[in-house]
Amino acid sequence: MTWQLHVDKTVCGATGMCAALAPDLFQLNEAYAEPVNAEIEPDEVALDAADQCPTQAILVTENEKEIGPRP
Amino acid sequence: MTVAYPFNETGTLDLHEAYYDALTQPGLLRVQLPYGEPAWLATRYDDARLVLGDKRFSRAESVRHDAPRMRAAMVDGGILTMDPPDHTRLRTLVAKAFTVRRVEELRPRAREITTGLIKDMIAAGPPVDLVDMFALSLPVAVICELLGVPVEDRPRFRVWSDNALSTSRLTAEQFMASREEMREYMRGLIADHRANPRDDLMTALIEARDERDRLSELELVDLCTGILVAGHETTASQIPNFLLTLLDRPEATARLRSDPSLIPGAVEELLRFVPLGASSSFPRYAMEDVQVGGTLVHAGEPVLVAVGAANRDGLRFSDPDTLKVDAPPEQHLGFGHGVHHCLGAALARMELQEALRALLLELPDLHLAGDIVWKKEMLVRGPVTMPVGW
Repeated sequence: MTWQLHVDKTVCGATGMCAALAPDLFQLNEAYAEPVNAEIEPDEVALDAADQCPTQAILVTENEKEIGPRP
Repeated sequence: MTVAYPFNETGTLDLHEAYYDALTQPGLLRVQLPYGEPAWLATRYDDARLVLGDKRFSRAESVRHDAPRMRAAMVDGGILTMDPPDHTRLRTLVAKAFTVRRVEELRPRAREITTGLIKDMIAAGPPVDLVDMFALSLPVAVICELLGVPVEDRPRFRVWSDNALSTSRLTAEQFMASREEMREYMRGLIADHRANPRDDLMTALIEARDERDRLSELELVDLCTGILVAGHETTASQIPNFLLTLLDRPEATARLRSDPSLIPGAVEELLRFVPLGASSSFPRYAMEDVQVGGTLVHAGEPVLVAVGAANRDGLRFSDPDTLKVDAPPEQHLGFGHGVHHCLGAALARMELQEALRALLLELPDLHLAGDIVWKKEMLVRGPVTMPVGW
């Protein structure tokens, strides 16, 4: 089982929250964040990052089903 | 060499010249605040982003040291002195209430509030105090409705809020007593919300505690007081600060009046341009040796970040000391960076946009109508009173 990470560059505010919280999962370039790897082993911190993103730019999916941000 | 800090003076919104010197040199400065141990000071954009956004720097560690600070009292700052995963646990509970999407839903209400405030100002007739009649009223009304605090209690919590951001005016004992009074007030509101749940953030946090055991009772109280204070104090300072900055630049002001679609971008530029802080607060402690812009910070040493200076770094921004209201907005550090990036950033943006829109469009001849009284001995800079006419 793997999860997929997506960052919507068009809404990302480059606040650095995800990269600071989960540097193994997200990295920040000058203008926006991106996943280090698009596919990851299930990791609760990915959902935390998606929940906390102020612009809701992070999407976590499992088999194309949205699991983060959590409702 | 260790230099005395803070640099910035009150009674102005200028960036102190000592920062300009620091921005032209590599490495970090060594500074001594009024209280606590000496610290490193990061002034450049890249260094600031590293210190604020890297897990090797800890906020929680600061409560275990004689942390560099502006006042005598040593304060456990709740969510502000936590690292992940504790920080994540609390932040997740409140993050959803402050997303861009949720904040946009509050915009019509904020516009209604500003319209009412302008009407009240016109009815009172010039000169009026912009701070009392507008700059405080908007963010106080919005955060009170969002959190579930009666707006008519403003005179009470204004005193505690001022005390929470004061520096040398209070002794450590007075500071702690004021904080306890504010907690007691919030405990009363929480008890009332427990008995009568309603559709607000306080009720949601009470549910997170009582039904899901996600936070302690003291964390609940401190989160609510923290949101109430942080939810209005800085925006209430930046509304007059932004207006003053614009009134000094009539061409920029005219440009915004003729094309209000530029206001959101102008707010971003003003967030970059106006150095709100009188000092740098919230030191980060290195958990291991870290190289920061030419200085080796050893494990156990604190680093302060001067975001106001970093926002004027010529290596990052072109022509950094000019306010450009019609250029595409740039990524700034006005709300900080990393896990502690301002929770209320989207809310503050929206309120600042609506505030400038109302003031500039509905009062076309808005001008200063007397002397400004400035905050003194506060963590943030801005007017206490600002008489305006139109």
